[in-house]
Formats: sequence, structure tokens, C-alpha cells
Amino acid sequence: METQELNKIASQVRRDIVRMVCECNSGHPGGSLGCTDFLTTLYFHEMKHNPANFSMNATNEDVFYLSNGHISPVWYSVLARSGYFPVSELSGFRKLGSRLQGHPSTDKNLPGIRMASGSLGQGMSCAIGTALTKKLNNDDSIVYSLHGDGELQEGQIWEAALYAAGNKVDNLISTIDYNGRQIDGDLDDVLPMGNLVQKWQAFGWEVLEMDGHNIDEIKATLAKAKSFVGNGKPIMIVMTTEMGQGVDYMMGTHKWHGTTPNEEQLADALGQLEETLGDY
Amino acid sequence: MIETAEIEVLGNKDTRSGFGEGLLEAGKQNENVVALCADLTGSLKMNAFQDEFSNRFFQVGIAEANMMSMAAGMTIGGKIPFTGTFANFSTARVYDQIRQSIAYSKKNVKICASHAGLTLGEDGATHQTLEDIGMMKMLPNMTVIVPADFNQTKQATIAIAKHEGPVYLRFGRPKVPIFVQPDANFQIGKADTILKGTDVTIVACGHLVWKSIEAAKELAKQGISAEVINMHTIKPLDAQAVIDSVAKTGCIVTAEEHMINGGLGESIAQVLSRNTPTPQEFVAVNDTFGESGTPDELLTKYNIDTPDVVKAALDVIKRK
Repeated sequence: METQELNKIASQVRRDIVRMVCECNSGHPGGSLGCTDFLTTLYFHEMKHNPANFSMNATNEDVFYLSNGHISPVWYSVLARSGYFPVSELSGFRKLGSRLQGHPSTDKNLPGIRMASGSLGQGMSCAIGTALTKKLNNDDSIVYSLHGDGELQEGQIWEAALYAAGNKVDNLISTIDYNGRQIDGDLDDVLPMGNLVQKWQAFGWEVLEMDGHNIDEIKATLAKAKSFVGNGKPIMIVMTTEMGQGVDYMMGTHKWHGTTPNEEQLADALGQLEETLGDY
Repeated sequence: MIETAEIEVLGNKDTRSGFGEGLLEAGKQNENVVALCADLTGSLKMNAFQDEFSNRFFQVGIAEANMMSMAAGMTIGGKIPFTGTFANFSTARVYDQIRQSIAYSKKNVKICASHAGLTLGEDGATHQTLEDIGMMKMLPNMTVIVPADFNQTKQATIAIAKHEGPVYLRFGRPKVPIFVQPDANFQIGKADTILKGTDVTIVACGHLVWKSIEAAKELAKQGISAEVINMHTIKPLDAQAVIDSVAKTGCIVTAEEHMINGGLGESIAQVLSRNTPTPQEFVAVNDTFGESGTPDELLTKYNIDTPDVVKAALDVIKRK
């Protein structure tokens, strides 16, 4: 898909995000806005998937795991805009009886979701499992996973990192949302993570870097990552992003990680984001 | 003296070996069966499966959290993963992984847990989980199975491969008498009445089933007729089997190699209090950790051996 079209979709997704979290006065807008360009490009440009006919087994389809499940608003919006479920359901986010739980779940059979997430650090292991099953099934489609940078503080991530490299899980493309911020503050203040690129290289991964807000670069990097599939190494993209990207007052701080805009702030945010596909 | 039907002893084997044989058989029956192990292949008796189906066996190293979530991920595409490690590392260490990715996400993963309870022996309390049944039965969507001997563990392993949904299968380390027939039809959620009796009901699981059979023989010498039920499935519990039995006997003993809090006895107490309040005595570990020792020494010290079942039966009969 043309970059111009993807940018239009991303603008609408950002509108969806701020409207969703404002409506229920709950949720995580900062990371959601930061990963909007990536998830839009992944779902509308890169992934081989079948939104009209969701299947849990994903035979011959690419699979995506959102390991940092708290940024569910961006995933829900991208899934709905891709055609997995009606866009009107976005208004139910975090409300009683809705399929759009605060964190992603399979419990209410929301199409597009194959695993609950939210308790951090587990999604890479899940992705490895699915990648292994694809190999056993001679299914050459790809498994993607997305992780927060703060999430890398969970020990299980590094168990998974060891396993994937040691066992040549080379049909897995993971991405880190490297925004340098987490709920309590800057990553370097909470728990310094050191050099992420070198860490993943040392663990035996093929590591790429990209600007998570340049859709041309995202497209090119995903294409390059795909070219490494089958080369004997798992692939990691360290994606630099800005938490709150697209809404000026949410950028440059960790404070909008789990805080929601009020009506006035919402109007301000919507004024900065073009309505391109029609609000839900 | 009351005659008890003689229970034939068919051999003496560890239940984990029943798991190993059952896993191999399940693997032969269904090519979607895969196995994962966290560096305890020999202890879990998974070598036969590993040798026969090397491409379907995944050695994950000492990384149980990764193993559980990987198993959940492997179900996407139709695999039926069996995870293997000690019971403590199959539950307490990975509870959140199981909760989120397996139970809540309703994945078809079989959590196979060896060396459960005090009979792990000399390794001591760090490895002797006595809380695992409680933790696993509290998870919605989880089936919890504690087979009694080698044959039943083998049958249960084959049965859970055919059952859709998360399962916790708990077994142990020591060699114990075999009394379940090799061709028995294992049904998840259906209790086995091993001895029929009229004075007291004894409901047990795992290694305590044989102890309860021994206790029934001792009680018979004292003129007491005990009904012994093997409750191999803790969840879903065969409530009707319990209700029907106490209608006859009017009192009940529960026996398990587990903490009194959260175990089989507690599940049965809930059934009885709701349906037919009945005097109950608990043979279980009383809110304490274990310690190093031989399995037999530990069962004696922590009051979950044959004489303890006998005493509990005599006590509960007095409360009728």
C-alpha cells in the first residue's frame, strides 16, 4: 500500500485511540500512539492475513502477538479498520460486556486475537511456540511479536531470547517499541537497559533498527527483516518511537503512559489528527 | 470380621513411568502430540518419546516460564503440547504464564508434573510441592487429574491427549503398587469405586489410594466396612459419586498427598456442605512444609500414611 494511504489510516487509528481511552476514562494512550505507524504498516502493508475469515490456527497466515498488551487501543483500532470486527465495537473498549477487554483476550472470541496478554514478558515465548508449529506444519508464513522496552525487564524475555537463537527460530520477527519510557519514568531512571542492539546481537539475533514514525522506513525495514527469514537466526527490530506520537502535549514525557485525556484535551488532540476514514 | 474383596497387586512401578509410556503411545496415536521438557527428560521418563519423535520433542533448558508460554503458542496450528518438569516448577514457578496463556486463553496444553508431594523424598521442601492441586484447581478452564498408579497414569496420559482443553496431570517419583487393570477405561471426571462398603467412605487420590485400600483391609479386621473411591479427577469433581456414597455410609475421610488447604478434601467438603452436610476427616498435610527423608518416613511423620487413614475413619465414624 502507498505510504500516503498508510499515513491516512494511521491518523484515523490515532483518533480512534484517543477517543477510546477518553470515553472510558481508562487505558494507555502513550504507547498506543507510539506504535500506530508500525502496526498500521504491518497489518495494511506487510502481513499475509485474512481478516474476513479469522481462524485461530492461522494456517498459511502470518501471526502477530502483542506482548505489551496494555497498548490494546492501537491493536483494536488496527484490527477493526482491517476488517476483523465492526469499527463500531471500538466504543465498547473497557466497558462491561464488551469483547474489547482492557488487555487483549481470547475469552470473548474477538477476531484477530489468539492469546491473552497484559502480564508482561510472555508474548515472545508464545510467538516462538507458534513459529515452531509453523515449521512442523511446513507452513512458511511468519510470526511477528511486539514488545515494550520496559517489558524487556522481565526475565522470561531473555529465556525466550536464548531459546530462539539457540534453536534457530528464524521465522520470527520481533520488534521492540524503544520509546525510552515506562510508567514510573524514563527507562534509564527506572532500570537502565544498556545497549539494546548489542544485547540482542550478543544473544545471537539478527538485529535491525528503524524509525517507528517513518512509514517508508518501516516498510523497507520489514522487507529487509523478511529477507532474513530462513537464515538460521531470529530477527529483532529495535524501533525508535516517541510515546504519545501525534498529540503534542503527550510527547516528551512518560506521563501519558496510563493517563487519559479529558474532553477538552480530547478536542485538542483530535484537532491535531485528521479524520480520514470516518470516526467510529 | 468383614471380608474385603481382594485387590490384586499387578506390580510395583513409579507413576512417572506410566506417564512416559502413555506419552509415547499418545505420540503414536496422534502426530500433533508434541512434548517440551525443561532439562528433566530422564526424571520425567520422556526419553522414549524423544527417541521415537525427535522432531516433535523440544528441550527448552532450565526455563520453565518460556516452556509454558511456548506450549501455549504451539497450539496455534493444532499441536497438542505436553510439558514436563517437576510439579513445583510446573505450577508455582509458572503460575502467571499458565493463568494468562493457557487457562484464560483456553489453550490445549497438557501440563505434566512429576515428583509431586512428600514422596519426592530426600530433595526436601524446596521441591516437595503440596500446594499444586489447589493452585491448579482454582484456575477456570483447568482440568486437574491425579492418577493412582502406573497403569492409571498411562491411561490418563493417553486420555488427556484426546481431551480438548488445558489439563494438569500430577504424578510422582516412587515405585508404588499397581492395582488398576491395564485395560481399564479411564474416564476424566468419573470416579472409580474400588471397594464397596457401608460404614465409612474413603475418597483418595494419587499415592493415597493404595494407602486407603490398605486402611480398608485394616478396618475390616475391626469389623468396619469401608467404601474406597479413587477420585483421580479433582476437577471436574465427580460430586455424584461422593453424594451417593455418603448416603450409604453417613461419614467420609479424604486422603491426599497435599496440603489440607486447597486439596481434594476441600473440594469434597464444598460438595457436601452444599448438598448433604456430612462428618468429614482430612488426611492431608497440615499447613506445614515438608523436609528431607525417605518417602515412607515422610508419609509417617506428616500423618498421611495408612494408620492415619485408619484413625481418621475411626474418628469420623464416632461423629455420625
